[in-house]
Amino acid sequence: MSYKVLHRVRLTSEYLELNGVRMGESQPEENFLTQLYRKFCIDYPKFFKMDVLCKVGFIASEVLLDAEGVERFVPRADRAVLLFNHHSSLHADQSFQQTIADPEDFYPKPSVFVYTLPNIVTGELAIRNRYHGESNFILLPYKSQDVMNQAVEAAFLNSGTASVLTGWVEALSDQNFESELLLIIKE
Amino acid sequence: MIVKKIGENIISPLGFTTEENYASVMAGRSALQREESLWGMPFPCVVSLIADPLLDADFAREIDTSRIPSYPLTKFEKVTLLSTVKALKSCKIDPSSERVLFLLSSTKGNVSLLASENIDIEMVTPSSTGQLVARYFGNPNVPVTVSNACISGLCAQIEAYRRIRSGQYDAVVVIGADVLSPFIVSGFQSLKALSDEQCHPFSATRKGLNLGEAAATVVYAAADESAGGWQMVAGAVRNDANHISGPSRTGEGSYLALQAVLQDSGLSASDLACLNVHGTSTLYNDDMESIAIHRAGLADVPVNAMKGYYGHTLGAAGILETLVTMRAVENGKVPATRGFETLGVAMPVSVTSENIDTEKFAFVKLLSGFGGCNAAAAFTCPSAAL
Repeated sequence: MSYKVLHRVRLTSEYLELNGVRMGESQPEENFLTQLYRKFCIDYPKFFKMDVLCKVGFIASEVLLDAEGVERFVPRADRAVLLFNHHSSLHADQSFQQTIADPEDFYPKPSVFVYTLPNIVTGELAIRNRYHGESNFILLPYKSQDVMNQAVEAAFLNSGTASVLTGWVEALSDQNFESELLLIIKE
Repeated sequence: MIVKKIGENIISPLGFTTEENYASVMAGRSALQREESLWGMPFPCVVSLIADPLLDADFAREIDTSRIPSYPLTKFEKVTLLSTVKALKSCKIDPSSERVLFLLSSTKGNVSLLASENIDIEMVTPSSTGQLVARYFGNPNVPVTVSNACISGLCAQIEAYRRIRSGQYDAVVVIGADVLSPFIVSGFQSLKALSDEQCHPFSATRKGLNLGEAAATVVYAAADESAGGWQMVAGAVRNDANHISGPSRTGEGSYLALQAVLQDSGLSASDLACLNVHGTSTLYNDDMESIAIHRAGLADVPVNAMKGYYGHTLGAAGILETLVTMRAVENGKVPATRGFETLGVAMPVSVTSENIDTEKFAFVKLLSGFGGCNAAAAFTCPSAAL
């Protein structure tokens, strides 16, 4: 099998790139992710409820899928969402832990707990884009393009999968994140 | 080429081998216990916990301590490694080969470490435990950890199936594990998902799930068409695209996964000994599954769920429940759905209220999870039919 990378988005705490072209840079005193949300005129208020891992995956995928240039939000099951990172949902985990750390002030928050799974970001992308295809989240000891390529190859073995939205999404805090998402089709 | 099961193990409160677990399930034993104030938390709950003394004793017997780090291992690391070691003892592969992949399935790994001070944050992610296991066996490949909520254990088996079918590896060791902590239990409690009684899957009286601890390992390898034993024949994952923490009202993802698996495997309802479902006993999950089962044309297939024996074992569930079902079906049995009372789901389905006999040698496993994900896989055992 051979594959073709249609588009590639790189989003870090400092900058956003689409296919190697700079699309935005972080400005001081403004949340970069909120800045990008407004810059790309996205109308999706659920964004503001998301944890930082989901926000990073969401913004990167919006730019990636707009670049595809086909009608969006049409229900489909032929596109898989397969994302990777190392630290899982660590930032949400730490936030939830704070709600239960003090026995005198024990108040576990459901709105935080739901984000303590790394695959929630794949669910957010599926909901936004009406993707009913495969969704999966894989943790690796470190970022390895070879290992991610093997997983993409395996994802294409699902008979219904024609394209894969894939890549690395890591977010340790609002100021420390890195994502590289690719849209890959089977040729 | 087929993808054949060549090794296995289950570590749970009902036993430290698949055989012990199967015997416990057939005898109707449950590991679920009510705790009034588990770990000091201000609410009662029903859980299934692995006893530390039993775990430590078996760990001391089975583990070569010269191959593990000098620091004390967590319970999660112990059950994961112990299950892997015991599964690999039962099969003839070289785990240090570059043709073997280690694939872990876990939702929360070592998350309980977050409650301690001065922790190494690197130890919290389950991918660190994957490395611990791969290093124990001297395996050179980067270990892969599937963390896809409650479907992780089945999703990891599907991943293994594809890694073998694609020729990437000759064998894949799939280990599913999760242990409980105040983090996990209070989180499910905050979602109002827990019952303070033993769970009642698919029943009118159901009011929530119970959580449980387990580790389970299955080893798959490429084999000739003529090889006997259990093989995985199809697997699919589909998303509801509906809600991040609630199942679809139409059962969309589970229905699509079931449909794909039936189509890819060529199996039909009349071929199946049973459909082993998620059956968490939450109001919405069991309703959703009943709708998906109907839509997939499987309403007459015996349905069973294992949460009444083990609780919901999270990242282990997909492997544990598959292995117990394999053992039952090869013995001509479909286990009872422990805790099942009067059917009370959206659509009528054939839930097993006692252990029943079967003459069929195929089944489908179904799971669903947060993030809207759903997985189904089909398994057959042609040799058992002879």
